[in-house]
Amino acid sequence: MTLLEVAGMSRSFRGLTAVDDVSFSVDEGSILGIIGPNGAGKTTLFNLIAGAIRPDSGTATLAGRDITGLAPHRVSAAGMARTFQLMKPFGSMSVLDNVAVSAMAAGTTRRNATTSAADIVERVGLSRWRDARSKGLPTAGLKRLELARALASRPRILLLDEVLAGLVPAERTPVLELLEKLRAEDGVTLVFVEHIMAAVMRLSDEVLVLDQGRVLTLGSPQAVTSDPRVIEAYLGEEPSGARS
Amino acid sequence: MSEERGTVAAPDTSRSELPKPQWNRHLLVLAGLAVVLIPLPLLLPGAQQSVAVRVLIFALMAIGWNVMSGFGGMFSFGHAAYFGLGAYVSAYLLVNHGVSPWIGMVAGAIVAALFAVLVGFLALRYRLKGAYFALSTFAFAEMLRLVAINSDLVNRAVGYTVPLRDEPSWWYMQFEPGAPQYFHLALGLTVAALAISILFLRSRVGRFSVAVRDDEDAAAALGIPVMRTKLTTIALSAAITSVAGTFYVQYYFFVDPDVAFGSSVSIQAILPAVIGGVATIWGPVIGALVLGPLNDVTATLLRDPPEALDFLQGRAGLDVMIYAVLLILIVLLLPQGVYGAIRDRLQSSRARRRR
Repeated sequence: MTLLEVAGMSRSFRGLTAVDDVSFSVDEGSILGIIGPNGAGKTTLFNLIAGAIRPDSGTATLAGRDITGLAPHRVSAAGMARTFQLMKPFGSMSVLDNVAVSAMAAGTTRRNATTSAADIVERVGLSRWRDARSKGLPTAGLKRLELARALASRPRILLLDEVLAGLVPAERTPVLELLEKLRAEDGVTLVFVEHIMAAVMRLSDEVLVLDQGRVLTLGSPQAVTSDPRVIEAYLGEEPSGARS
Repeated sequence: MSEERGTVAAPDTSRSELPKPQWNRHLLVLAGLAVVLIPLPLLLPGAQQSVAVRVLIFALMAIGWNVMSGFGGMFSFGHAAYFGLGAYVSAYLLVNHGVSPWIGMVAGAIVAALFAVLVGFLALRYRLKGAYFALSTFAFAEMLRLVAINSDLVNRAVGYTVPLRDEPSWWYMQFEPGAPQYFHLALGLTVAALAISILFLRSRVGRFSVAVRDDEDAAAALGIPVMRTKLTTIALSAAITSVAGTFYVQYYFFVDPDVAFGSSVSIQAILPAVIGGVATIWGPVIGALVLGPLNDVTATLLRDPPEALDFLQGRAGLDVMIYAVLLILIVLLLPQGVYGAIRDRLQSSRARRRR
């Protein structure tokens, strides 16, 4: 069953087309990876789907419901959560409170929110920083906090914007395992933007390649990475580089 | 606090460790303080009592301001609007219709909250931020002042004088001049306002408010209705400050457009919070304790200066200068305010001991 359907999504900024007629769909319980060179429009696409900015044209449909142009908090209420590439913690709050606020926003009572937040904090491996002021966290911690907060809103679909960037390889594995577990145990549908190809290959059921705002190709990870157009788009640069 | 960026060393987490919010402890301390302060009028001579009442009025105004501008992060330079509405609505109802100031207080709070929501909605709808937002709140307060000056309905520039009653009366908030009841009334209102601000901060919408202040985009993405949260915060803030306005009229028997809506009123709502500590629960109270007595100290100093300061004799405006100097010193030396600085010092010394 299709959970998220994006059709003909376009948006330009002062004549520069950032996202150009992008269409794709994501089945419930599947994982879609989105790759593309810097400036390909990946983050803009997320912003369009999640309601942070309005599309010029095109629609987004979540579980049969049109969510195009809805305010972000309504998109969230419809069952979508997202993380930000540039982390946005609630800096004055502790890690636990960050997550608890998200649970409350999803309708959990204040008391239960703290309990479920504690679970999630442990699950993403943030227990060590549970009571620390979130502003002081290192990148790896902030990335996980983004994930934890998104999870606390109990989404049906999760948009992840480079959750692995800035993590050293040893830190990536637990996050990858967590994402796999989320799909397997909670049935969460994932759409994730990532530069680290090993992660894309490992997680994705399908991979969408964006280049200059357009869909270059969409297919299985193997098919996509052997596509000459994709290699071309990365300008001959092997798309396995450890960019961050 | 300025975080150092780009350092390789692992951040010192013990320093940024946050104590768990102890809402109940705050409420207990508040209740204890209230009880301890009840006999204060017996100990203070009359003149000091009026200083104590002034401290409480300052505190009440600043507690309101702190909800919107501290916890909510929306800097208001126009809280005179809400103070003034509280003063004018209750004075109008009392003088023209004989309505009890208690009812006037509730009516004033409702009118102030509605007006605040309107102003807030317009400013937020057009995405005014920072200094522009602050200026818009200032403009609306000025607008009310001009409306009051030019409106026959509220006696133009003359304003209102509260009619004297033969008998002291709780119902009409009127007692003998210098009666301890005034202090107790102000104390009760301030304690209630502080309790409400603590409960607000603890509540769902209060948590949302802080989240929106810290990062609006992230809050929205998590499902927090940003506009509704901001407007709720603004409404509560305005209602609290309006109560100070109602009490002010009953205490000083007098209100006119400048006393109610003048920009110095907005400043009086800001200063205690800034000096005591913005976005802290106790900051506004501590700031009011510093500022309230200043007026009298400077006035006494000017009337009867010690020999060395002879040149001060008969000069006015010293209190304003001291306010300014104090503010500059606080901003430079204690950017977190008095309470914030003490709290941070205690925390870091506690963390050091644990190591």
